[in-house]
Amino acid sequence: MEFMTVALPALNEAFGLILQPAVLSYLVLGVVMGLAVGVFPGLGGIAGLSLLLPFMFGMEPVLGLALMVGMVAVVPTSDTFASVLMGIPGSSASQATVLDGFPMAKKGEAARALSAAFASSLFGGLVGATFLTFFVLIARPLVLAFGLPEMLMVTVLGLSMVAILAGRIALKGLAAAGLGLMVGTIGEADAGGSLRMATYDIPYLTDGLKLVIVGLGIFAVPEIVALLRQDKSISKTAALGAGWADGVRDWFKNIWLSVRCSVIGVMVGVIPGLGGSVVDWIAYGHAVQTTKDKSNFGKGEVRGIVGPESSNNAKEGGGLVPTLLFGIPGSGSMAIFIGAIALLGSGDIEVGPAMLKNNLDITYSIVWLLALANVVGTILCIASSGVIAKLTTIRFTLVAPFLFMLISFAAFQSGQNLADLVALFAIGLLGIFLRRFDWSRPAFLIGFVLSNPAETFTNQAYQIAASRFRKSFEEGIDYIFSPIVIVLLIITVVSVYFGIRQAKMIQAEGDVQSGSKRAPLIFLLLFLAYLVVAFINASLIPDFALTDKIFPMTIGAVAIACCLYLLWRMRVSPETDVIFADKEVAGDDASAPHGLWATLAWFAGLLVLCSIFGFIIALAIFLMAFLRIRGGESWPKAALLTACGIGFMCLMAGALNRDFPPGLLQSFVDLPWPLT
Amino acid sequence: MSILSTLTRRCLLGVAAVAVMTSPALAEVDLSGKTVEWVIPFSESGGSAKWANFFAPLLSEALPGSPTVVVKFMPGAGSTKGANWFQKEKAGDGTLLFGTSGSTQFPYLLDDPRVRYEYKDWEVVMASGTGGVAYLDAETGAKFDGSANGLKGIDFIYGSQGATRLDLVPLLAWQMLGMSVEPVFGIKGRGDGRLMFERGEANIDYQTSSSYLKGSMPLVEAGTAVPMMSWGALDADGNIVRDPTFPDIPTFKEVCEATEGCETSGETWDAWKAFFVAGFPVQKMAFLPAGTDAEIVDTFAKAFETVKSRADFAEISAARLGKYPVYTGGGASSALSQAISVNDDAKGFVKGWLKEAYGVELK
Repeated sequence: MEFMTVALPALNEAFGLILQPAVLSYLVLGVVMGLAVGVFPGLGGIAGLSLLLPFMFGMEPVLGLALMVGMVAVVPTSDTFASVLMGIPGSSASQATVLDGFPMAKKGEAARALSAAFASSLFGGLVGATFLTFFVLIARPLVLAFGLPEMLMVTVLGLSMVAILAGRIALKGLAAAGLGLMVGTIGEADAGGSLRMATYDIPYLTDGLKLVIVGLGIFAVPEIVALLRQDKSISKTAALGAGWADGVRDWFKNIWLSVRCSVIGVMVGVIPGLGGSVVDWIAYGHAVQTTKDKSNFGKGEVRGIVGPESSNNAKEGGGLVPTLLFGIPGSGSMAIFIGAIALLGSGDIEVGPAMLKNNLDITYSIVWLLALANVVGTILCIASSGVIAKLTTIRFTLVAPFLFMLISFAAFQSGQNLADLVALFAIGLLGIFLRRFDWSRPAFLIGFVLSNPAETFTNQAYQIAASRFRKSFEEGIDYIFSPIVIVLLIITVVSVYFGIRQAKMIQAEGDVQSGSKRAPLIFLLLFLAYLVVAFINASLIPDFALTDKIFPMTIGAVAIACCLYLLWRMRVSPETDVIFADKEVAGDDASAPHGLWATLAWFAGLLVLCSIFGFIIALAIFLMAFLRIRGGESWPKAALLTACGIGFMCLMAGALNRDFPPGLLQSFVDLPWPLT
Repeated sequence: MSILSTLTRRCLLGVAAVAVMTSPALAEVDLSGKTVEWVIPFSESGGSAKWANFFAPLLSEALPGSPTVVVKFMPGAGSTKGANWFQKEKAGDGTLLFGTSGSTQFPYLLDDPRVRYEYKDWEVVMASGTGGVAYLDAETGAKFDGSANGLKGIDFIYGSQGATRLDLVPLLAWQMLGMSVEPVFGIKGRGDGRLMFERGEANIDYQTSSSYLKGSMPLVEAGTAVPMMSWGALDADGNIVRDPTFPDIPTFKEVCEATEGCETSGETWDAWKAFFVAGFPVQKMAFLPAGTDAEIVDTFAKAFETVKSRADFAEISAARLGKYPVYTGGGASSALSQAISVNDDAKGFVKGWLKEAYGVELK
């Protein structure tokens, strides 16, 4: 009844506010800017919103909101371009999309994959907005029902997706996830500030590795290097098979999956503190579990795109709940959004508990502006997907240097430090070997992403539970085993059980042949060595900081046990066993005309040049040399392409007010921008 | 010939003399067409970001030549990274401004070995403060009578960002009152702490003034939270008085005086007060690099003064910053010296207490 008396008039007012020509044109402007920024992997909404901030002061609230919402809304849509076309996860929202989107692009179905993704995003956004319109009224108590044990269980549910993505040998996937969790603990511990696998002499490590860098290193670098060795185009057929209409049809065929994943997206997005990091994996897992023939996942199954893409736009809507109702930003861009709202008009819109009471019309305006921006953004994206998809038919040797350019720049933006590039290279190397020896890269990434929430929630929930138990046993039990926890627990157990049974069908790396024993064994030993060192390192943390050591030690022990089992199995198995999977033995990699190390050396060269001359000069040398020597292009053409690349870089960085990595040269000589 | 040349020389000398005398006026700082970068050593989402984003457009208007003022973020190591970077920056032409917060001050005061910066080298152009309010849940709030006597023996849970951060001030205060407060570390911001309180997982919390007004007042109105005390504000003589934003809420000093076993003098009190002063009344400051020309420093101080004296400043800043003074020029300098002059006894005491209570050693 409350809905009829309170919400309907507010909803009516909201539409009155939104549906004005001025508001709509600001929205379109925001969407266009968002798309332009969003194609840059690793920058996303934060860069765009910071750019808009100076204009927000005193602006008419609805116009400012339209501009900002337009921009925020399309970032999870436009980063799909990078993840499908180039295998680059642009943001945490598009990690799972890479798994099936990129293989489709390789099959020449880039346009189909893109439009299926966009149609799903659009639908997800609309379902999200509809759902929110009702949900926002009752959201507060529900959000408050999600305490630490519940959030921990959602995190565990996310981790349980490792079971599905583990690959042919379950324990290998588990070990990969364990390594991801361990890499996620690098740096200063949240609880007690102890250092793990880091030292104050290398300040970079104390902050831990950033998701952007790990995502790019694990997915993008290995794919770019592998493709570059082939010297072909991304699309193996060098032609586009299915067009964009097929993609929309694909989505429509899977509309119920899309509905379910949208709802998952909103629900998980609503929980503050988790944000988007788990939602696309849960959606991907759901898509796998509800598909009868699972053999295509990881090789270009369209359901693997529809699921996560439906959820990640719906999640943005869900994320508005903690942002608007509690004033707690779910992500970096939401934080700026909150800051910007306070600048609007006379500053009377106050995000927080009072928002529903005083500004329900504004709340609804934001929700539906988001939905509308999705529509506009999607239409623009679908319209352009056919043309942009042609990128996949260009000879990859001409595309790769620009991708190296993009990912280096993106990586640098995460910490504004040359060490970002070193970290990218190191993680990239790890990614290359995980790929080569058929260790599950998604499992590693899930582990990394969920490492921090898993550790924090475990420690905090334990501490609070201990205090409850001190009061009385029942209170403790009530706290830990709330109805929500029990339901999540059942879902997790069921999904792990089915996941393990199905995992063998899903070969994210394709069918990898086995051959010699030596290389896989050496990698396993190195893998194990890191885990052991990290375990010992954690065990040396003094006991009063128990909260800082217990998590890495437990996870480390489990991962080490997995590795020891794998080692034993290697000892007793013949060379042809799947455990010795090695891409260099047979298949595309083995027959590639260019060697792994020579190809990687190009990328290393860019980094070395960069540390000496700074980014722009290094880029000029690198692009020229690469296009001329590796690409075999004529000098004029190489020069022209280089100029285009650098021009584009300067234009974007200049507009977004971003810096480039400086090198040694810059510490001796003062150079004008962009050479700084 | 010689007369002429002498004349000419005299003339030239005269011109030169005039030139010398008027040169400060000629060299008046003009930033038109330039871009002032305001570097904040935190992420885009924190309170310092809001603070700088609030001032940036106003500062742009007030500076001569209306340069573009952009806020840049350089997060890392709880602001130590950015501050160490700023320490190495050369005196410029007024195109670089740096913002600090209590989280930059505390490691500096506690001799954190990662600190390679020196506040005294920098040129302060503006300082602003805030306050804070601690509150209890309804159940424990009923036992609060203006003193903490009834709160002893209750297990309090508090969501904390870390004992060496601003949370040091509330944690030490509660301990002085004889309360047993267990901090749950690892939350990402005070907003998460409030959420933990709202979920009933924590039963005590504190917020800085603007967050309290926005996020916690509704809880007080709904009866689920009971304000306990504010940290107070400083009067002109450096005494702790009631916070003008919260005139009805007693200060920690008052509560301490009313509570058995809590003393408002002595080593512990002095240490608490020293860190309170460094963390709240002078929380955020804007600096120019070490050795910047006096004219440029002056220009910025004046520009902030202009911002401060805008007719609508009180109104637009109340929502963003709370009703707290903004110091410029000489006021900023004395605010700075107040914020960084914590005596060795207080330092030693707090270090010992951190080690004993939380096992935290800064080395």
